[in-house]
Amino acid sequence: MIEYLTNRDFLILMAKMFSIFGGVMTALAYTTLMERRVMAFVQMRPGPNRVGPMGLLQPLADGLKFLFKEQVVPTNANVLLYYAAPIVSLVPALLSFSVIPFGPDLKMSDISVSLLFVFAITSLGVYGIVLGGWASNSKYPLMGAMRAAAQMLSYELSLTLSVVGVLMIAHTLSLAELVTSQQGTWFGFIPRWNIFLQPVAFLVYVVSAVAETNRLPFDLAESEQELVAGWHTEYSGMKFAMFFLAEYANMVTVSCLATILFLGGWNGPSFGPWWLQMALPTVWFISKIFCFIFAYIMVRATVPRIRYDQLMQFGWKILLPLAVANILITSLVVALS
Amino acid sequence: MIPLHWYLILAAVLFLLGTLGFFLKRNIITLLLSVEIMLNAVNLTFVAFSSQRGLISGQIFVFFVLVVAAAEAAVGLALVIAMFRNRESLNVDRSNLLKW
Amino acid sequence: MIQILFFFFAALAVGAAINVLVQKHVLYSSLSLIVMLTAVSALFILLQAEFLAVINVIVYAGAIMVLFVFVIMLLNIPADPSGEDGSDRLRWLKLIGIPLGIFLLLMVGATVWNVSNSTNATQMTGTAQAIGQSLFTDYLLPFELTSLLILIALMGAVVFAKKDL
Repeated sequence: MIEYLTNRDFLILMAKMFSIFGGVMTALAYTTLMERRVMAFVQMRPGPNRVGPMGLLQPLADGLKFLFKEQVVPTNANVLLYYAAPIVSLVPALLSFSVIPFGPDLKMSDISVSLLFVFAITSLGVYGIVLGGWASNSKYPLMGAMRAAAQMLSYELSLTLSVVGVLMIAHTLSLAELVTSQQGTWFGFIPRWNIFLQPVAFLVYVVSAVAETNRLPFDLAESEQELVAGWHTEYSGMKFAMFFLAEYANMVTVSCLATILFLGGWNGPSFGPWWLQMALPTVWFISKIFCFIFAYIMVRATVPRIRYDQLMQFGWKILLPLAVANILITSLVVALS
Repeated sequence: MIPLHWYLILAAVLFLLGTLGFFLKRNIITLLLSVEIMLNAVNLTFVAFSSQRGLISGQIFVFFVLVVAAAEAAVGLALVIAMFRNRESLNVDRSNLLKW
Repeated sequence: MIQILFFFFAALAVGAAINVLVQKHVLYSSLSLIVMLTAVSALFILLQAEFLAVINVIVYAGAIMVLFVFVIMLLNIPADPSGEDGSDRLRWLKLIGIPLGIFLLLMVGATVWNVSNSTNATQMTGTAQAIGQSLFTDYLLPFELTSLLILIALMGAVVFAKKDL
C-alpha cells in the first residue's frame, strides 16, 4: 500500500488533481466577483471595489460572511433532505471537472466516454434542485423547483442532441480526443475548429446551455422579481453558498464543454521557450472559457426574462427539431463524403 | 479478478429483493420501484455474462431492457396519477372493484 | 483493489435495495433506488461496460427516476400509515414468503457456483464503437421498433394522465 501511495505516477496524479481542483475553486470564487463587476459596469456603476485592490478580496469576504450567517431551518421542513440538497447539487457540479482536459497532459482522468459522463453527472444535478425546493416546505421554493427541474430536463435533450453532429465528425466520445481532433489549420490560417463545421449545433448548444444552467434569459425558476429566490429561498449561510457555487460550477462546466466541442479546446498557436510552450495550451483554454463566461454575464445584464410557457415551447418546438435536423444533415454529409 | 458467480449471486439477491418487494408491499409506487430493481438485477446478469463470454449482444440486450423500462415507467406513472385522482389512495388493495 | 471496489458497490446496491422496501415514505424509497442505480452503474464499469454504465445513469437515474420523484411530489403523497401494511394476510405472507425467497436464492447460488469462469475471452470492450456497430447492423430492426414503442408509450402516458379525456 505504501509503495502504491509513493508511486511516481500516483504522486503526479495527485499533484494534477490538487492543482486542477484548487484552480477551479479559485476560478469559481472569482467568477462571482467578475459577474458582479461586469454587470455593474453595464449598469454604469462601479460594483464591489472596496475590499482589497479593485475588489479582488471580495470573494474572501463573501465566504467569511456565508460561514458566519445564522442558519435558519423552516418549520416542518424535511430536515434530512433539506441538509442533503445543497450537497446533491454541489457534488455533481464539481465532479464534471474530473474529465475535462485543461491541457495536453493536464487532466485528471481520460475515459473513453467522458462526454457522456459529463452529461450523466449534469442530469444528476437536477435532484439537488428538486429536493431543495421540496424539502423547504414552502410554496415559492416548490414552484421554483418544479419549474427549474422541468426546464432542465427539457433542455438537456437539445443539449445532448446538439453535440451529436460534432461526435459524428470526430468519431469519438472522449473529450481529450475531441480536442486533439481539432488540431491543425485549413489553408494555413483558419483553425480546424468544429464551430466552422457545425454553426447551427453551436447556436443550439449555447442556448440550451444557458437554459440548462438556469441563467437569464431562462431563469424563471429563480427569478428575483417573482419567486423571491426560487428553490433556494429558504437556504441561508453555507448551504446557500453551496447552491451558489454549484450554479457557477455548472456555468463553467458548460463553458468548458463548449470550448472543447466547438472552439478547439486547448489548441492554439504555440511559440516561445519550452516553459512557455508547456503553459500555453492551458492559457488558450482558460481564455476561451473566459470569453464564454463573459458572454454569459453580458447576456444576463442585457436580456429580459422569457415567460415559462414560452420557454418550454422554445425548448421543445424549436430547439429540439433544430438539433434533430442538424443531426440528419450532418449524417447525410458525413455519409456521402 | 472477480469470479463470475459473485456477480450472478449479487444479481440474484437484488432480483429476490425486487420480487419480495413486489409481492409484499401495498403502495403502487413501491411496486413500480421493485420492478425497476428486478430489471436492474437482470441488466447486471446480462452485462456479467457479456463480459465473461466476450460477446457484445449481452450489452445490446441491456439497451433494449432500458428502453422497455423507460416506457413502462412512464405509462405506469400515468396510470398511478389517474388512479390517485379517482381514489385518493395508492393502496392496491383498494382497487378491487372487479373482484367477485 | 478491484475486489474492495466490488464489495463496496455490491453492499451499497443491496443496502439501497433493502432501504427501498423498508422506508415508509415513498420519496425516500425512490431516492434509495437512485443510489442503487448508481451503484449498479459502478458495477457495470467494473465489468468494462462503461458506455452502458453512463447510459444507465443518464436514462435510469437521470430521467426515469426524476419522473418518479416528480409524480410523488406533485401528487403530494403522504407517508404510508403502518396500518395499511400490517393486515393479517400480509403477515402470513411475509412469514412464509421471505424464507421461501431465501431458499430460492440459495438454490440459485448453488447452481451458479459451478459456472465455469472460462477465460475472459478476447479483450472485448464495452465502448460505444462496439455497441454501435452491433446495434446498427445485426439489431437494426429491434432498434427501429423501440422507437415505435417509445412513441406509443408517450401517447399512452399523455392520454392516461389527462384530466378530461
